[in-house]
Amino acid sequence: MGEAGADVLRLEGITRDFGEGEARSRVLRGVDFSLRRGEFAALMGPSGSWKSTLLHLMGLLDKPTGGRVLLDGQDTGTLDDDGLTRCRGRTLGFVFQFHHLLPGFTALENVLIPMAADEGRIEPSMRERARALLDRVGLASRAGARATTLSGGQAQRVAIARSLAMAPKIVLADEPTGNLDTQAADEVFSLLRDVNRDQRVTFLVVTHDRRLAERTDRIVELVDGRIVSDLPNEAR
Amino acid sequence: MRFEWFIAIRYLREGRAQTALVLGGTTVGVAVLIFLTALISGLQRTLVAQTLSAQAHVLVKAPERVARPLPSPDRVADHVEKVPDRVRSIEQWQQVLASIGTLPGVVAATPTAAGAAFASRGPATKSVTLRGIDPESFARVIDVVPKMTSGRFALEGAEAIIGTVLASDLGVGVGDKVRVATPEGRGDVFTVSGVFDLGNKEVNARWVFVPLRSAQTLLDIPGGATTIEVKVDEIFEAERMAGEITRRTGLSADSWMELNRQLLVGLRSQSASSWMIQVLVVLAVALGIASVLGVSVIQKSREIGILKATGTSTGAIQRIFLLEGALVGGAGSVLGAVIGSGMAVAFARLARGPTGDPLFPVDLTPGLYLGAAAVAILTGTLAAWFPATRAARLEPAEVIRYG
Repeated sequence: MGEAGADVLRLEGITRDFGEGEARSRVLRGVDFSLRRGEFAALMGPSGSWKSTLLHLMGLLDKPTGGRVLLDGQDTGTLDDDGLTRCRGRTLGFVFQFHHLLPGFTALENVLIPMAADEGRIEPSMRERARALLDRVGLASRAGARATTLSGGQAQRVAIARSLAMAPKIVLADEPTGNLDTQAADEVFSLLRDVNRDQRVTFLVVTHDRRLAERTDRIVELVDGRIVSDLPNEAR
Repeated sequence: MRFEWFIAIRYLREGRAQTALVLGGTTVGVAVLIFLTALISGLQRTLVAQTLSAQAHVLVKAPERVARPLPSPDRVADHVEKVPDRVRSIEQWQQVLASIGTLPGVVAATPTAAGAAFASRGPATKSVTLRGIDPESFARVIDVVPKMTSGRFALEGAEAIIGTVLASDLGVGVGDKVRVATPEGRGDVFTVSGVFDLGNKEVNARWVFVPLRSAQTLLDIPGGATTIEVKVDEIFEAERMAGEITRRTGLSADSWMELNRQLLVGLRSQSASSWMIQVLVVLAVALGIASVLGVSVIQKSREIGILKATGTSTGAIQRIFLLEGALVGGAGSVLGAVIGSGMAVAFARLARGPTGDPLFPVDLTPGLYLGAAAVAILTGTLAAWFPATRAARLEPAEVIRYG
């Protein structure tokens, strides 16, 4: 487990139903998928293909109706609520489309929150690590700025720093550039790619933007809750 | 700093208007709690102290005599005369006194020989209650020594201690002579050795203390004592103690509570209504905290989802909101204590009797503050329970997706 090239995430026969009774419908129809350590993959698909739902299942934010999610070899279906939270906090990082920083907190505090939540307290070493991560995303000078005062690109970079706080094995990014202009989107995407190369963090990026997807190692396409293609990116 | 404290304090600081509102409500609630409790307990303590300033906690008397018709086969009594009341001594009162003295909870007991009499000086004559006492043990039962306005509380030979009103009515002072006589015609002349003010006009006008032996002679109960007056350590236990004394001695024992039934009913009604007001105030505070925190949880749903997605456990989310409730309760209790104490002190200063003296002191005790703080913090925490549980149950995927 965890050695180079091994699966860090595997989905086996994942199904997800929504609704009750006659209104019940199956949105994910048996998804098999795996991510290898150090991969940088893109998940594409038209709107309404349930990409975000699949991402939430991978991120243990939601539970599948059927099938198994194995994270670093462990079947997450056997974990209780606290176990899932711990596993999520220590193994996974998230970057959302709308950065989702906590508005009442500074950039630095937003980055240290995952560490503090895991330890149950705030320690000086966490502030140091948060500062180093902000430095890594080029925002050391904005450490004390409130999240609400940051530009879209800056906020998303803080969100990336936050996703790396617990040195996760995988970062799941849901349209991380979807809300940014082209230049900011390029910068953010380059940052993700750099982190992937430097720290061997596995990335799965949901995106609509084929131009950005072409910069990944692998493109997975989801249509109507099914993976219709999963190919290495020939362009690279 | 603990993680939950960090988030809870920040959320409270962030939601300034909401925090100010809920804190204001809690502060007013605690202030009312402190003001009412200080006022009512001060008033009640004063009323009880005034009542007991001239009264023993338990009065033990010889049982009432009951007339019974003699059984006769050829006559039927259609009417039984009540035995005329006259001064009677408790049989073997020395043993009774010793027995009462050994009861747990009894602080002191003293014998008295009491009966009706007239006090006169020259042409002035007043109807009085003659009370033969042993000054030393009597002072242990009724705290009369500090209430002496002149002279001393001691009886040597033919001395008498009288109240301020009687002293004024008869125009006597310490060192003057007063003649005390019973309706049966037995009388003696006493020198006034002291004048007391027990805070009760009737008592100050009627009580005449003389040595026990002199009263025994005047009342024609040689060596006798009509009552044993008892002081207990817990005044609201007096009724139970009276029952215990009756069981043990077979004598009639009345507690001050029995003798002041109306006062007690008044005090209890007052306490009950004060309790009712306080319960309603606490309920209003709880509803205020619950509704403001409830709104806060709805407003922060997405943030809660983010916190959960980034590794904050369900328990920690719940603790954050419970802490918010407890912090509001704690801060409200500090502010409320200051305002409530201010109100109580101002009231005590402003409310004055006809003579301009303060009506009664307010009871601001450390116990009251601790109690109010405990109630406020507990109320805050309990009120936060529902919003906190609701926050903890939020599904991160749903709130991130739909907000």
